[in-house]
Amino acid sequence: MTGSTDNIETIAQPTLGEASKLHDAEYLEELRLQMIKFANLQINDPHLAEDAVQEALIGAFKKADSFAGRSAFKTWVFAILKNKIIDILRKRQRLAEVSDLINNDDEGEALNSLFDKKGHWNPDDKPSSWGDPEKSFKQEQFWVVFETCLNNLPGNQAKVFMMREYIGLDTEEICKEVDLTVSNLHVMLYRARLRLQKCLELKWYGGEAHA
Amino acid sequence: MLSCQQVTELVSASQERPLNFKEKVKLRMHTVMCSACRNFESSMGTLRKAMQEFAKGEHNTTDKKD
Repeated sequence: MTGSTDNIETIAQPTLGEASKLHDAEYLEELRLQMIKFANLQINDPHLAEDAVQEALIGAFKKADSFAGRSAFKTWVFAILKNKIIDILRKRQRLAEVSDLINNDDEGEALNSLFDKKGHWNPDDKPSSWGDPEKSFKQEQFWVVFETCLNNLPGNQAKVFMMREYIGLDTEEICKEVDLTVSNLHVMLYRARLRLQKCLELKWYGGEAHA
Repeated sequence: MLSCQQVTELVSASQERPLNFKEKVKLRMHTVMCSACRNFESSMGTLRKAMQEFAKGEHNTTDKKD
């Protein structure tokens, strides 16, 4: 951009520069921490989560040279991580007794309080318009809030919600993995969505934060 | 006429399975009248898109580089 002739050499070899960043210890540590956060959201076992991340990174490194830049590498590493997580969840077979997931039901009551006895929204809980919500996707701060909201989901809701929306498994697959009935799963996903809607509205879209 | 609570359940269900004709009609009849549920419905679309973005792993809050 500056037009300086001194830069010609570095401009001529951009991909080599990018690839070498994969050997940047600080960058990799940051990436590893991000991956652990993701894995922890889905596997309630720090050791297993760490193992999954480790394996994903090792697998990725074997082919790191074929990646031109950081973002391609990162996307790919996360794809490997997702597969590792699916493997772990498969092995585990079931999350917990269904009764623990569903019938332990302060959660249902808390969410029902969004509505009055006739099932209408309570005045303070009416969802408002989010305007042009995808504009927020460009703001780093939005993703901080988004992740906070995900972390605030109760453990089992977080797990099935992440299986559904993050890993992208369908209803049948999840029910098989965690031994839930379809209707129980739908209740949990519904509750997770209600919570996330509420959280995003309170912490982001309803406030001034994104203005 | 569905209640708002039933509408939110149906909106969530619509992300899991196709709604049948009757459900669609009931849903639409309600959201035409009710802006809160209309907002809820569109926020569910936003939530799914946000999750897809999030799943790409490019919006990590600890990522201060690039």
